[in-house]
Amino acid sequence: MDFTLHVWRQGTPGSKGDFETYQAKNVAPSMSFLDMLDLVNEELTRDGGDPIAFEHDCREGICGSCGMMVNGMAHGPEDLVTVCQLHMRSFSDGDELWIEPWRADAFPVMRDLVVDRNAFDRIIESGGYISVRTGSAPDANAVPVPKPDADKAFDAAACIGCGACVAACPNASAMLFTAAKAGHLSYLPQGQPERYERAIQMVHQHDEEGFGNCTNHGACQEACPKGISVDYISRLNRDVLRARLAGVAFDST
Amino acid sequence: MELDAKIPSGPLADKWDLHRFEMKLVNPANKRKHQVIVVGTGLAGASAAATMGELGYRVHAFTFHDSARRAHSIAAQGGINAAKNYQGDGDSIYRLFHDTVKGGDFRSREANVYRLAQLSLNIIDQAVAQGVPFAREYGGYLGNRSFGGAQVSRTFYARGQTGQQLLLGAYQAMERQVAAGTVIPHLRKEMLDVVVIDGAARGIITRDLGTGKIEAHVADAVVLATGGYSNAFFLSTNAMGCNVTASWRAHKRGAAFANPCFTQIHPTCIPQSGEYQSKLTLMSESLRNDGRIWVPVRAGDSRPPHEIPDAERDYYLERFYPSFGNLTPRDIASRRAKEMVDAGHGVGPGRNGVYLDFRDAIQRLGKKAISERYSNLFAMYEKITGEDPYTVPMRIYPAPHYTMGGLWVDYNLMTTVPGLFAIGEANFSDHGANRLGASALMQGLADGYFIVPLTVGNHLAEVAPGGVDADHPAFRDGVREVEEVQERLLAVNGNRTVDSFHQELGRLLWDLCGMSRSEAGLKEALAKLPELRESFWRDVRVPGSGDNLNQSLEKAGRVADFLEFAELLCWDALERDESCGAHYREEHTTPEGEALRDDERFSHGAVWEFSGVGHKPARHREELIFEHVPPSQRSYK
Amino acid sequence: MRRVTTLYSSSVGKKIAMALSGIILFGFVLMHMLGNLKAFEGREAMNSYAEFLRVVGTPIVPEYGVLWLVRIALLAAVGVHALSAFQLWRQSRSARTHRYLKSRSQVFSYASRTMRWGGVIVLAFIVYHLLHMTTGTVHPDFEYGSVYDNLVIGFQSAPVTAFYLVAVGALSIHLYHGLWSVFSTLGNENVRVNRIRRPAAAAIAIGMFLGYAVVPLAVVLGILTLG
Repeated sequence: MDFTLHVWRQGTPGSKGDFETYQAKNVAPSMSFLDMLDLVNEELTRDGGDPIAFEHDCREGICGSCGMMVNGMAHGPEDLVTVCQLHMRSFSDGDELWIEPWRADAFPVMRDLVVDRNAFDRIIESGGYISVRTGSAPDANAVPVPKPDADKAFDAAACIGCGACVAACPNASAMLFTAAKAGHLSYLPQGQPERYERAIQMVHQHDEEGFGNCTNHGACQEACPKGISVDYISRLNRDVLRARLAGVAFDST
Repeated sequence: MELDAKIPSGPLADKWDLHRFEMKLVNPANKRKHQVIVVGTGLAGASAAATMGELGYRVHAFTFHDSARRAHSIAAQGGINAAKNYQGDGDSIYRLFHDTVKGGDFRSREANVYRLAQLSLNIIDQAVAQGVPFAREYGGYLGNRSFGGAQVSRTFYARGQTGQQLLLGAYQAMERQVAAGTVIPHLRKEMLDVVVIDGAARGIITRDLGTGKIEAHVADAVVLATGGYSNAFFLSTNAMGCNVTASWRAHKRGAAFANPCFTQIHPTCIPQSGEYQSKLTLMSESLRNDGRIWVPVRAGDSRPPHEIPDAERDYYLERFYPSFGNLTPRDIASRRAKEMVDAGHGVGPGRNGVYLDFRDAIQRLGKKAISERYSNLFAMYEKITGEDPYTVPMRIYPAPHYTMGGLWVDYNLMTTVPGLFAIGEANFSDHGANRLGASALMQGLADGYFIVPLTVGNHLAEVAPGGVDADHPAFRDGVREVEEVQERLLAVNGNRTVDSFHQELGRLLWDLCGMSRSEAGLKEALAKLPELRESFWRDVRVPGSGDNLNQSLEKAGRVADFLEFAELLCWDALERDESCGAHYREEHTTPEGEALRDDERFSHGAVWEFSGVGHKPARHREELIFEHVPPSQRSYK
Repeated sequence: MRRVTTLYSSSVGKKIAMALSGIILFGFVLMHMLGNLKAFEGREAMNSYAEFLRVVGTPIVPEYGVLWLVRIALLAAVGVHALSAFQLWRQSRSARTHRYLKSRSQVFSYASRTMRWGGVIVLAFIVYHLLHMTTGTVHPDFEYGSVYDNLVIGFQSAPVTAFYLVAVGALSIHLYHGLWSVFSTLGNENVRVNRIRRPAAAAIAIGMFLGYAVVPLAVVLGILTLG
């Protein structure tokens, strides 16, 4: 299969980028999208060019490193896959592919398709954890967790932090990420003591980072390679409402 | 080189307890004056950084990823072992200890393994308290399964994402300390050297992968949690970024490397589909519970599988091992698959796989039952190959997966360089010559949460905080040397890409130092490796410059280190003139073709000392003494 | 109050403010629609209903008292609704200053994509509508108190009716997205409610459109006349 690629190229974080056109020739349908980019990069390197920078690592859809817009769709056209699990058989021979980095001011482009997603780390830092010192845990079976709650916690915990939700959201909002992380802990008994403070701290940090707000489009849910539901956003909204009206202590520094 | 494992005296079960009492403590007021560097933020690194932060040390956590949550621990599927005995099926600390020593084919240290089994209990408690969503039963209590042929159900799991959930727990604990100011994250910074001053590790040199800046970082102790080196084989189940650089550069600075030839090959991976494939995907071993492995009897048979009648199929594992059949251990299943493919019986477009067929299981149990057990795995397989395993047999082939070898450490997890520690897969660890399923996560977290934070303290109690700074000549030299290597790489400007060399190295190692090894093959590899290394430095092309994000340059540095390390791997495989665990030497087989251990000559850890690139390293021995689990021969007939 | 302002300072708080003001406004448009249908009961019924609105609450509250109270509340709700919309829009706009060259928005419904412009159209319409039917400023033949006649005369103009229909169309689409997403914003977790919220919102929105459209259409078709 042959493809025409239009790839966003940008040398350094502040610089002005543009699209460059490349031909990807003799691509096997069994190749993953990133294998295809590897192929293009090998040729570029041999021809004395600069290979396209893109983030990737595990190549099995779990590390959350990879991610790019393919023809305007986060992680490309298939459902429930990251771009490393997208295969070229999902396209037709001769297709034109527009490849852009995640676009959000909170995710500045570092080079080509690589963006800086540290904002996610800072949202976690603001409260996305349970405060338990190493060694102070009770026996693991001391607190039973009803299976439905454990399952709901798990569905949220499946988030891989790739940023597709932000990329797909017309508002560049990270509410699905924030809600999934907060939601995971909010369904567990261990997460209750800090639940409401966590909700407001994380939403506060989310806003501080410059993400947009949620207007219930649902684009994030469609783009999410782990199929995380927007229902977690409802839950986070409710926790914030409750926390604020109850006057839960909040440290805005 | 003097090797003192520092195994505490006293009865096996009390050693760790007594040792914790004997270790020196750092005055709480002084802890914050001590800087500790942790390199790597996988399970071991993140948990160590979090815990040392909680204890009050000033911890600098380094990762070459964009976030501390991306390390390859995240991809572990199966589970984590712990001797909780929640199932009441006769498990105990002693049994887990016994199974691990035996599974490692008697090439690990009893005292370390016993401590690991003891700490397995605390790991599960800690993880659950952090919110790790382990599988639960309807009563709300934790579920367990039996894994990797274990006779008891001691594996805790979180769907197919146990590694991810445990890593997120450790990462979140670390982020909590980042918020508290005790852990300082250094993201996108790759460690490129250890700085040793007066014989002790005092810091590291890193490259900022975004800006290209080479920086010196000073500390009172350095902990390496930088993972394994399966990517020496190019194609492996490891993430693309996994590398040996940190361990190798530490080795070149004096840290001994132990048992590098103990590399585990996982039998159930999806075969390579084309030359440009850069990564192999693991399928859970549990598939072998119901799938039957076969190849066509006739070599080169290219008929589609459903047209091959039963009489013309060779269910070779069932034929060789009537009692264990398709459930033989990883190393045996892998080796037999390679034999079949090498003999021309391989299947699929590349003739590089064997069938794992669910036809009979579907006939016997119904499609629904099989779907309940494996639907997620079948879906994953179909996603990758485009073939439906309900109707077309899966194709599988072995792939490098985990490395038991690593930096040699004593009972305190300290390398032969004082102040330099190695934890998780980076050390030569507790798995001996073969790791049991669901034990990697256990070891990484035991090291990180519960062992190294205390043993680092024991070391720091004797080191005055501060004392050196980044202006010390050793740091300036370190920065300069790293810069020089980088400039050399960029200056070659040859005709071949970094990947093409990596691929060539991988093929060479896979063929000559892979699943089965021979003296002749290893000598051939040792003769070819220097040539390959030279042609790399003569002909590689690294585009771009060193002062911004340059993924080719990052890769080139890692491949350059793999090319040096590969020789050590082959030396170790050559000198270990026996078969044991994952190390299979063709010369040492039982009449039935099984691995034959030589306890007389090789009941020791091989500990290598660096003596210059291209020079044969010096081999030392750490004798292993088995007081509790007497060595015996495995049999699966 | 401090709690309310700190709540409002977060994006979630602004959404909640928008949802709550939206609920008030929904209540109003529902009542207004039902009131409009009085026209089918004839001039008398409609005018006396209008009179009732003016005098409701007397003698305890003065004439127009309740009416102005409601008007102030509605004005405040419109203000909060529009202000929070504007602030959220600004936040979102600055969250992506560099836009995609290609974007395929297969999943967003038409309604959710048009919330902002739809809202602006509705707002513009409200201003016009007040000048048209309440103050009579832009009405060709306005007589204070003759609600029925004002209505029929007002809608005899085709362009006015067309604009009116477009506006209530926009309002209905706006309501559809607003109605179901209010459950999400206010944190409903009831699965059964979540399952029916979209069809229910669609039904209400369609009902609302028909309820509003039927009056001017009846004028245009000559069913409602001055005679």
